[in-house]
Amino acid sequence: MTETAEATATATAGGDVGGRRASLWGDAWLELRRRPLFWVAAALLAFMVVLALFPSLFTDLGPNKGCVLSSSKGGSTAGHPFGFDTQGCDLFSQVVHGARPTILIGLAVTVGSLVISIVFGTLAGFYGGLLDSVIARITDIFFGLPFVLGATVILVAFPDHGVGAMCLVLVVLGWTTMTRIMRSQVISVKSMDYVRAARALGAGDLRIMFRHILPNAIAPVFVVSMLNVGQVIAYEATLDYLGVGLQYPTVSWGLQLNVAQDYFTDFPHLLVFPALFLSVTVLSFIMLGDVLRDALDPRMR
Amino acid sequence: MWRYVVRRLIQIVPVFLGTTLLIYTLVFALPGDPVKALAGDKPLPASVLHALHERYNLDDPFVVQYGKYLGNLLTGNFGETYTGQSVASLMADRWTVTAQLAGTAWIFEMIVGIGLGVYAGLRHGRLGDTAVLGLTTLLISVPTFVVGYTAQLLFGLKLEWFPTAGTQDGWPVSYLLPGIVLGSFGLAYVARLTRTSLAENLRADYVRTATAKGMSRVRVIVRHTLRNSLIPVITYLGVDLGNLMAGSIVIEGIFNLPGIGQQVFQSIQLKEGPVVVGITTFLVLIYLLANLIVDILYGFLDPRIRYD
Repeated sequence: MTETAEATATATAGGDVGGRRASLWGDAWLELRRRPLFWVAAALLAFMVVLALFPSLFTDLGPNKGCVLSSSKGGSTAGHPFGFDTQGCDLFSQVVHGARPTILIGLAVTVGSLVISIVFGTLAGFYGGLLDSVIARITDIFFGLPFVLGATVILVAFPDHGVGAMCLVLVVLGWTTMTRIMRSQVISVKSMDYVRAARALGAGDLRIMFRHILPNAIAPVFVVSMLNVGQVIAYEATLDYLGVGLQYPTVSWGLQLNVAQDYFTDFPHLLVFPALFLSVTVLSFIMLGDVLRDALDPRMR
Repeated sequence: MWRYVVRRLIQIVPVFLGTTLLIYTLVFALPGDPVKALAGDKPLPASVLHALHERYNLDDPFVVQYGKYLGNLLTGNFGETYTGQSVASLMADRWTVTAQLAGTAWIFEMIVGIGLGVYAGLRHGRLGDTAVLGLTTLLISVPTFVVGYTAQLLFGLKLEWFPTAGTQDGWPVSYLLPGIVLGSFGLAYVARLTRTSLAENLRADYVRTATAKGMSRVRVIVRHTLRNSLIPVITYLGVDLGNLMAGSIVIEGIFNLPGIGQQVFQSIQLKEGPVVVGITTFLVLIYLLANLIVDILYGFLDPRIRYD
């Protein structure tokens, strides 16, 4: 949701910066407004964000609170629509509390990767030469490293990790694709006439990068970053599921699925509800990225 | 052409060194003494401990350890585990399982993905297209391990269409369900890439020309459109082969397949540095070579691309 607001803000505020930028984001917003899929994704995400920010609106119980071991793995009853988890905690309230770390990690990692990719991509694309080669080789190293394998090794090496450390690991392994896209965008924008014109008028490197190249090169990276939020959330859940991600007493959907793996054949509700919330969140981010790409890519209109 | 290949091969060297160094550093940072961990509750005699440390270069400073490891690697020696088994033979045993799994997934995502993509691309904007888009979005959104469990529960346990776990029935029977699950994510990308690229190329001038000349629709689609449209798809398939091998960590755990993914996960927990570094190096090499082959294939598929 915040991204959407941001995009709108850029679209309206960008009006006086340069005609192309304003029309690109402005057109995109007009296009987005007409797409029902955009509103579905935005509504689902708004719901998930409210879950993450204000879990107390939906449940009176705190995380891991009010658990009665005797009702362990129990099915749905009155007042407990999702049934109970292995510790006998109300599964609905646990699933509600699972939203916060998941969404926090997804957004924080994406913002972190976006910043790195913009800095590295712009520098590499703008200056070229040795700097470009060095950044390209570093990108290659991190890109070739299998994601789950690399993350598992790092997380086992540093066992006491919370949400912050998880974010760091996911950023370290996740910035490469966006950096490559940013670099190629910057290279193509760099040779545009308006950049040469600015150069001829005596603009410095920094001014050209920030005022002329960045606003015109950022759209594809922005779309990928939206799709990336969903990916990051899925990866985080995978690491939790493998037992190397977040640890108890943190409540997260991935951890709930980790616990469910031993019991799901007899108690499928343990698997179904966290998986449903997780998948819907990932799905919403991916749908949002998809409609945003369609809106920003004039070729497909 | 050859100059291009040589240049790419030279570029692989720093990436290879960087990756092994990175993983070696991380494994080096794993807390605890692997030899002590091996012994369990009973403490080892000091002399045995010393001898084992000597044998595995554990007392050397980090740079020396890495140097010795790299030296061995260049002579084709992947080192040995702390139980004395050679890493190369360990990997050889495990490798076939992962190769069969990744191969099944790859073939599945290639055939079904391109099939769905062509179908959707030809019906661009119509109901069939929307259905394929919906299905692929769903496949991308549900994490692989959730798909794995659901498929295992549904098709393995309840419907009994496929074996639930293990490799007793050999290839392909035992690998079908895990392969389909592993390939489902890539399938979605292959289908979407094929669809977009086909729909775009069908509007190209040369396609209109071919149709105007009176060629049959099948020939126009297969010879004039599909061949071009598959270039981005082939790129993705090449890169994805490496992803599939690495993705086996999750799938092999769920379906209990004794491949390198399961092995590397156990080895990380046991702090078996040589195995972890060996398998990762191996995976990275496969990935780099697959990328190189794809880039060279470009020239054959699209004569407009020239290497110089």
